[in-house]
Amino acid sequence: MASVIINSAGLLTTVQDAGRYGYQRYGMPVSGAMDVFSYELANLLLGNDPGAACLEATVSGPEIVFTDETTVAVTGADMGPHVNGMSIALNTTVIVKKGDKLGFTGLKSGCRSYIAFGGGIVVPPVMGSRSTYLRAGIGGLEGRALRKGDELPLGEAKEKIKIRSIPGNLIPEYGHSQVIRVIPGPEVQCFEAEGLRSFLTTEYQVTAQSDRMGYRLSGEMIIHKEGKAGIISAGISAGTVQVPGNGQPIVLMADRQTSGGYARIANVITADLTLLAQMMPGDTLRFKEITLDHARQLLIDRRGVYLQCLSGRTGRT
Amino acid sequence: MTLKYIPSGDSAFIIKAGDEISEEINRTVRKLLIRLEKEKINGITDFIPSYNELMVCYDHSVIDYRQLLDIFRSCAADLDTMELPEQSVIHVPVLYGGGYGPDLPYVAEYNNLTEDEVIEIHSSSACFVYMLGFTPGFCYLGGMDQRIATPRQETPRLKIPSGSVGIADGQTGIYPIESPGGWQIIGKTPVRLFSPDKKPEFLFNAGDYVQFFPVTVDEYKHITDEVDHGVYKVRRTKKT
Repeated sequence: MASVIINSAGLLTTVQDAGRYGYQRYGMPVSGAMDVFSYELANLLLGNDPGAACLEATVSGPEIVFTDETTVAVTGADMGPHVNGMSIALNTTVIVKKGDKLGFTGLKSGCRSYIAFGGGIVVPPVMGSRSTYLRAGIGGLEGRALRKGDELPLGEAKEKIKIRSIPGNLIPEYGHSQVIRVIPGPEVQCFEAEGLRSFLTTEYQVTAQSDRMGYRLSGEMIIHKEGKAGIISAGISAGTVQVPGNGQPIVLMADRQTSGGYARIANVITADLTLLAQMMPGDTLRFKEITLDHARQLLIDRRGVYLQCLSGRTGRT
Repeated sequence: MTLKYIPSGDSAFIIKAGDEISEEINRTVRKLLIRLEKEKINGITDFIPSYNELMVCYDHSVIDYRQLLDIFRSCAADLDTMELPEQSVIHVPVLYGGGYGPDLPYVAEYNNLTEDEVIEIHSSSACFVYMLGFTPGFCYLGGMDQRIATPRQETPRLKIPSGSVGIADGQTGIYPIESPGGWQIIGKTPVRLFSPDKKPEFLFNAGDYVQFFPVTVDEYKHITDEVDHGVYKVRRTKKT
């Protein structure tokens, strides 16, 4: 069976898939890829099952050796991917041979790269998913981040090798300053008009206390109505923006806890979680309110990207 | 009862059954969960029931939120005539005090009780599982006797072992996995609340009751051994 060997792991590289659904009622976070869009594209480029597991590399990439011929696709952040020192294109199917080395020169844009392999990574699933959840030490490879010397088994490729690539104009730009669109949240009435104005019109910065669980932002204080910062503990969904008593917003991401007790001012739309997941500490953003219908249209547009991608270009065996 | 439907972004909807913590409101949440699960709606990805809300997670590219709302409203009409399944009482052994319950003396002193009285009060009445959340398998319990209510520690401990039983203000709870925390730890249970490799993975469901009972050091060791060998059966009875 084909596998890949980790020569060096990079800063934080974990196995992730579409996430662990069905257990949030027991307090189990979903986990899975932070930038779902890039993750899904990586699998599409290789003709993998949509939920196939891949690697999520954070800030610095791993070095990987292939034990057999296979295909690989790198999406998301540009960390300067290369095979045996020859630079390779992002968002494109690449064929690698036994002994080839995939490496990365360094981060150029974004924060998280997705590295998918033909057939996907087939570590044993835990509760229906191969996603690593570090806090509970489950999923992925032994529930932990990858280390030098790890070997990851790959599944059988689903199809003959086909080269696909995604036109650059369909890939979002990972700028250091973004507009992140939101839908008003269930506790919007817990905030003073002035607090809502701060939230929707001023700039917030991604702090260093940002990780797979959540992005902590800093900026103008978002003022609650007197005594309204706490709520009866209730569910949190992907992109929920909580504002604790200190007035500094937190956007909940892939490893978010399932419930929380702070007022939920808004929710980042699914399409823009992709942009947020690629932001680094120090980057800045502004929130902008949109409607549910608009958010849905953006998701459907994304489907269009997928279809374009799936149609493929040339077949090659 | 009036339900409120509130979007949580474009990937979840909240159905709010009330504005306070009560077993009645929580019953409505559990009924909604059972009713909507029965509907097997394409596009729904997960459910998060809490004290007074049911969060329904969905894929908005598969199902439009208006369709979802129509389904919610038609299912809600059935709730009044729905019966909830019988509730279970799950009996949880606890070794109180000593190295496993380092804060038992403090809880006793704070409430002007003896350690034995704290144990007696903590293990005398069943607590209701309103919801799970915070960490995998953590239960938000209601109904602890307020004679043993104790504020949290001023400085949280960095590591509290899994199975630790604690008190924070008027609440009691069990740590399912090792985590940092500020609860006053009064004991430890040898049973596992979360076993990712077993079915079912979690010991408790929302709507269950937890009945703590004290065990001796020898009983604790014996149960630990049985748990390790996968043969310990947690006692379940019907709520009367």
